[in-house]
Amino acid sequence: MSAPLLWILIPIGIGALTFFVARDRLLIITGGAASLLLAGIALIVPIDEALRLGPFSLKIASSASLFGRSLVLNPTHAPFLVIVYGMCALWFFGAEAAGVARRLVPFGLIITGLLVASIAVQPFLFAALLIEIAVLVAIPMISPLNQTPGRGLVRFLIYQTLGMPFILFAGWLLAGVEASPGDLALTIQSTVMLGLGFAFLLAVFPLYNWIPQVMDESSPYIVGFLLWSLPTIASIYGMGFLDRYAWLRTSAQLLAGLRATGLLMVVTGGLWAAFQRHAGRLMAYTAVAETGFILIALGLNPATSTDITFLLIPARGLGIAIWSLSLSILKIKNNDEPLRFTSMQGLARSYPLASAGLILASLSTAGFPLLAGFPPRIALWEGLGQQSLGSAVWFLVGLLGLLIGAARMLAVLVMNKEETAWVSRETWVQRGMLGVGLIGLFILGLFPQALRPILEELPLMFQRLGR
Amino acid sequence: MLANIISWIAVVLLLVISTGLLLSRDWRWDIGFLAVQYIGVFWLVAQHWPPGMAAVKLVTGWMAAAALGMTLSNTSVRKERVEQFWPQGRAFRLFMVGAAAVLAASATPRIETSVPGIGLPVIAGGVLLVGTGLLHLGTDSRLERVIIGLLTIMAGFEIIYAAIESSILVAALLSVVNLGLGLVGAYLLTASTPEKELE
Repeated sequence: MSAPLLWILIPIGIGALTFFVARDRLLIITGGAASLLLAGIALIVPIDEALRLGPFSLKIASSASLFGRSLVLNPTHAPFLVIVYGMCALWFFGAEAAGVARRLVPFGLIITGLLVASIAVQPFLFAALLIEIAVLVAIPMISPLNQTPGRGLVRFLIYQTLGMPFILFAGWLLAGVEASPGDLALTIQSTVMLGLGFAFLLAVFPLYNWIPQVMDESSPYIVGFLLWSLPTIASIYGMGFLDRYAWLRTSAQLLAGLRATGLLMVVTGGLWAAFQRHAGRLMAYTAVAETGFILIALGLNPATSTDITFLLIPARGLGIAIWSLSLSILKIKNNDEPLRFTSMQGLARSYPLASAGLILASLSTAGFPLLAGFPPRIALWEGLGQQSLGSAVWFLVGLLGLLIGAARMLAVLVMNKEETAWVSRETWVQRGMLGVGLIGLFILGLFPQALRPILEELPLMFQRLGR
Repeated sequence: MLANIISWIAVVLLLVISTGLLLSRDWRWDIGFLAVQYIGVFWLVAQHWPPGMAAVKLVTGWMAAAALGMTLSNTSVRKERVEQFWPQGRAFRLFMVGAAAVLAASATPRIETSVPGIGLPVIAGGVLLVGTGLLHLGTDSRLERVIIGLLTIMAGFEIIYAAIESSILVAALLSVVNLGLGLVGAYLLTASTPEKELE
């Protein structure tokens, strides 16, 4: 048995098989349990080491060959696999509450397998192709056959497809820069290519206009899954470039560019969020700001940037999951109509947990104390402040915008006549999933060290970055 | 020498096909042009890859075109609202193709200087297709046009990338991407067709 077979091919196979499962509950149990099992194996069973089970000996080899190249999942990838498949289990178990199990579980497993393959493929440059294939698989997940595809979906397809050639060319040029480091023209060309590729891939300003549109057009839970998985893997892929090429890692201009771009995303995302009157779009701009946080983290001092980036990932994943689940529940109540503030007035009285999920997830993104987003925001702010005071102020402006967006949504949700009674119209499954998620938000906020054993090993994926 | 002449003929073929694709208003012509485009792509890729491997591009391209064609044949031409902020006339499109061709002609020697060994016709063909593909995306928002635009950009990129990367894995993954684009296009076209029409 090899690690790529276990964490790439098996999930893709299970995903393909679940297309034939008729019952939603069985689908969720299969997908969720499979993801949980894969996370558990990554946590317990060491890769490339013999594990004795009585008379039997089990060894998971780290690599597998594919068309003359290899897929490699080292022991250092284990924490990454735990987080990815652990989060997937959470998403899949929540799919029933969001009413999208039939689309999310099969496609989600295949997409996750492909994204893990993109981290495992050697040379790592080819990951761009696997990410593109994952994007193509995501299209039928976002847009069901009975729904006319909207502009956001088409833009998503265009932007993600355009990103791939830039990254592949940049990788080739980077090899040339390595061979002749003094060639300034080549260095500039490769950096511009790489920047454009990741700008498309990570939906960097101003290429993020598809996010709010897709949020309008499709199920928030499914879009949330994509907004969690794609930027997370693309960021780790980007970190691979920084790890591989010393001149990129040590380039003050590149790091400043990353910080400036991230800041632009946080500020624009925050400002748009502050003036939104649509809960789905509000979430979209928050996701934009979240990507901005990752870019800022990557642009900080290389010694600490990796730790802060990985600290952002669990909080981001949990926040987006709760937010999109809450939105999905409210959207089902709203007969799949867009969630404009005018149609959400007073919903806190009939959907208290879903409303709490929306508010707390948005507050967490804004870095509100006691919530999961607070510790990484503080670390980020401190790191940014050490680089430039002006940047730290702009960062605060972005957070303020997100906070205003959250406060406005809170005002809309509780806006109702006094005599309206409080009832909980969520189903038990919805209550259970939201409850678990909300507790998780507080645990990560109050005890950020809870995930430390996994988070502190994540940077070991890279040979030089963060050392 | 002969191969070089044929390569330039392939570039001219790509120019004619690209112009046809941009001017055509009938999906049958579109699919036909797309299929012929991949013959030019095959020839230019074969300058750097063994013909057997280059044939993968041809077969995959034809499969993607077939998937789109079969879907379009089952749906009538949709009366979609076309964005009117760009001029839509044929003269304008012809002018834009001319601009793309001039751009390709001026950029080709520069690229050849910075990356020697790829070959002028290969670069010219690749840049031309990327340019016209971007024109498709910039001037038309219809789904079939968007997919054809993306396939054209991919074809242009693959012509140049084949000169610098000959890995079988890359060839396989790029084929999956092309085929995937065709299938996704077919899926989205089906999804955007009213159920009654499909019955």
